[in-house]
Amino acid sequence: MEPVIKTDKLSKRFGPFIACNELTFTVDKGEIFGFLGANGAGKTTAMRMLCGLLGPSSGEATVAGFDVYTQTEKIKKSIGYMSQKFSLYDDLSVAENIRFYGGIYGMSRPAIRTKTTELLEELGLQQEARTLVRELPLGWKQKLAFSVSIVHDPEIVFLDEPTGGVDPVTRRQFWDLIYAAADSGVTVFVTTHYMDEAEYCNRVSIMVDGVIAALDSPANLKQQYGAATMEDVFYELARKAKRKGD
Amino acid sequence: MRQLVIFIRKEFLHVFRDRKTLLMLFGLPIAQIVLFGFALSNEIKDSRIAVVDYSKDAVTQRLIAKIGSSPYFNIQRTLASADQIDAAFKKGDLKMAVTFPAGFGDDVIHTGKATMQVIADASDPNQATTITNYLNQIVADFNTELAAGSGQPMTIVPSMQMMYNPELRGAPNFVPGVMALVLMLVCTMMTSVAIVREKELGTMEILLVSPFRPVYIIISKLAPNLLISIVNLFVILFLSDIFLDLPVKGSFLLLVFGSVLFIMTCLSIGLLLSINAQTQQAAMTGSLMGMMLPTMLLTGFLFPIENMPLALRLLSNLVPSRWYFIIVKQVMLKGLGIGAIWKELLILGGMCVFLFTISLRKFKIRLQ
Amino acid sequence: MITLDHITKTYNKGKVLAVKDISLSVKPGELFGLIGPDGAGKTTLFRILTTLLLADRGTAVVNGYDVVKDFAKIRSSVGYMPGRFSLYQDLTIEENLQFFATVFGTTIEENYHLIKDIYVQIEPFKDRRAGKLSGGMKQKLALCCALIHKPAVLFLDEPTTGVDVVSRKEFWEMLARLKAEGITILVSTPYMDEARLCDRVGLIQKGSILSIDSPAGIVGQFPGDLYGLEAANTHRLLREARAYPGTRSCFAFGDALHVTFERGKEGEAVEWLKGKGLPDVKMERIQPGIEDVFIHLLKD
Repeated sequence: MEPVIKTDKLSKRFGPFIACNELTFTVDKGEIFGFLGANGAGKTTAMRMLCGLLGPSSGEATVAGFDVYTQTEKIKKSIGYMSQKFSLYDDLSVAENIRFYGGIYGMSRPAIRTKTTELLEELGLQQEARTLVRELPLGWKQKLAFSVSIVHDPEIVFLDEPTGGVDPVTRRQFWDLIYAAADSGVTVFVTTHYMDEAEYCNRVSIMVDGVIAALDSPANLKQQYGAATMEDVFYELARKAKRKGD
Repeated sequence: MRQLVIFIRKEFLHVFRDRKTLLMLFGLPIAQIVLFGFALSNEIKDSRIAVVDYSKDAVTQRLIAKIGSSPYFNIQRTLASADQIDAAFKKGDLKMAVTFPAGFGDDVIHTGKATMQVIADASDPNQATTITNYLNQIVADFNTELAAGSGQPMTIVPSMQMMYNPELRGAPNFVPGVMALVLMLVCTMMTSVAIVREKELGTMEILLVSPFRPVYIIISKLAPNLLISIVNLFVILFLSDIFLDLPVKGSFLLLVFGSVLFIMTCLSIGLLLSINAQTQQAAMTGSLMGMMLPTMLLTGFLFPIENMPLALRLLSNLVPSRWYFIIVKQVMLKGLGIGAIWKELLILGGMCVFLFTISLRKFKIRLQ
Repeated sequence: MITLDHITKTYNKGKVLAVKDISLSVKPGELFGLIGPDGAGKTTLFRILTTLLLADRGTAVVNGYDVVKDFAKIRSSVGYMPGRFSLYQDLTIEENLQFFATVFGTTIEENYHLIKDIYVQIEPFKDRRAGKLSGGMKQKLALCCALIHKPAVLFLDEPTTGVDVVSRKEFWEMLARLKAEGITILVSTPYMDEARLCDRVGLIQKGSILSIDSPAGIVGQFPGDLYGLEAANTHRLLREARAYPGTRSCFAFGDALHVTFERGKEGEAVEWLKGKGLPDVKMERIQPGIEDVFIHLLKD
């Protein structure tokens, strides 16, 4: 099976500064892939390249089978994206947001209608269909944002620190949604600062100073570094980073 | 294609849910139509003029009566001699002075030709042109009347002299107007944005929770803008002297004093605007909408204030740039002294003190 | 040192309840952590204590001064780090520090010993503009600016949010050293695990305090026994463990599940789960952590 994401020495340079240095990895269908690293390690740049938002400097990569240099539009149609800053419009209602994003992704009107009902039921938001998003509590907003990001059944969904600041119960409910999506075949590419969430992933990569310093399942990584938790693994790798200042 | 439609629809939703923007989008055009259609006009009525009649005969009486009965003119003063014209103009409210030389009527009857002297205040060249045209029209009519009566062509020629601006250049009118506008905009916008920027960035929080007294925050926001505006002022005066041949005829110091008073008034308006704005964008919009429009419309350099309906005339009294405009014209163009502008200086000074006091009191020392 | 007495605060003319009837006190020299998710009311409390907001009801005292009547005295004697790293983006590290030192009527040299440990980490970059710093460095700079005048009380509103694990760890180590200098510190954070390092902790959610105690005391509040369940297929384990009729609560915690059972039902759990296609499942009794207690308190 063709991997959903495949990179080969993917690099990005900004002048003399090498943000991403020859990243090589693959992600399989249905995997929950954790993409970790300190701020400034190159995570965001890498994600942007994979989403088709930033052209690489060298190396190769395909996402959902499409080339990141020449087929960025096709990539954008096959992926979902959610960032912590939310992708929902505060002054539109829940239903309007779903309808908008469904339309943007090219879904037919009947498909959007069906999906809206499904989504509202799944999230327990049937009463809130007309509520403006800004009136929703934070936890609901985030769960809704995630569901909207996969409304068009994409092959992969990129999540950029999706659970920031939310209470522990809602955080876990969010991960239930992620599990459900992965079960239905959606590949999940997620970055997070919560190290316990790293454990929920099938495999985890840790970027340090623009390079992938480690890539394996959480269990293997813990064994390799003789650590009890992913936090300790991360700490081991990140504290040696030279690029603390950036 | 469908995606485009959906996106456009979303944009409409955003607009309609933002009440403040809606007000501006729909309210503004309506306000403008009403203003420009009904209230503001370029017609100049009831211009105050002075008459000097050396002849005092039947012809001059008829002509003077005709001029006086026209809706465009209001004979405010009848002077005994032409020497008094200069002083009368300096008093400030005269737009035109008409002098009939001795023996006017005789000249008309016996030679069919006579000349009357007309001196117009051309510091606003558009106004001067307009009212001298009115006068020309009246005189032409009078000529026709006379000709009809005597059967001979009559030509009474008004000999025009444009005072303060003999070449009818636009600069003398728009330079004071631009000065008022520029200083007003810079001061209010820059000040309000500078204060709101701290609020937006969050640094205001830290400044407040410190021994730094709030009044120092205000002073430090106002000081640079005061300095920059004074520099701006000098640059404008310098440029208008060198390039537009419009030097400061009167006391430079007096002009600077009046300008500083105006600048401080504008700064305190900026301060007031910053108090309720939460974002820099709101501060900028508030300055533009709130200050630029009234300044442009009600200062008196685009539309004469005397012809506005009472409501707008009263409103224009509240606009500081209206008073500053007068100060600049009197001092810079006409070379007049403090005697001519003490009233305006007092009003500006009062506005300044009043606005400062209010904005200092209302300055929020808490976040709410 | 800090006292809140029945503080209530609403926004929007009473429509939004931010903080409801909160009372707590912080002893001098204590490191007190306020733990709770976004929207719990942490920032509101901080703003009331730093005199930036007026409470609807209740009183508060900081360093012996009333937050309403003597707000000026409080403002001169506390250090405050608001939740958004509010520093001047276009000033350099050194310029920012100098500015705040001057604002507080002191110099960098006077209290350098207080910030030295922190400042040396960012000193190599002292000519870099604050806007170009990473999250971790901004945090250290903000802490220096809050400390530069040797405040009696330090208020830190979510100083570690959005910052990576390494910087977070370092930050808490710095706080521990500051505590040794006798500075009272009130910190808020959404990260439950950071609570361990505080003297006492207040759990807050939706404007109300759930519990206040030392970390050990909080943990002691957990009712009954807590078990950890592990299996290779965590996701499947989660499903099945929830389906098990004897399960009272079941939450994912990294690579293990934290489970509580109905009385007496824990014995058969492993066998049952093995039968559900989880042959490698392991169970052991574990010590609850603060997050376990928080979740438990949330349910009520």
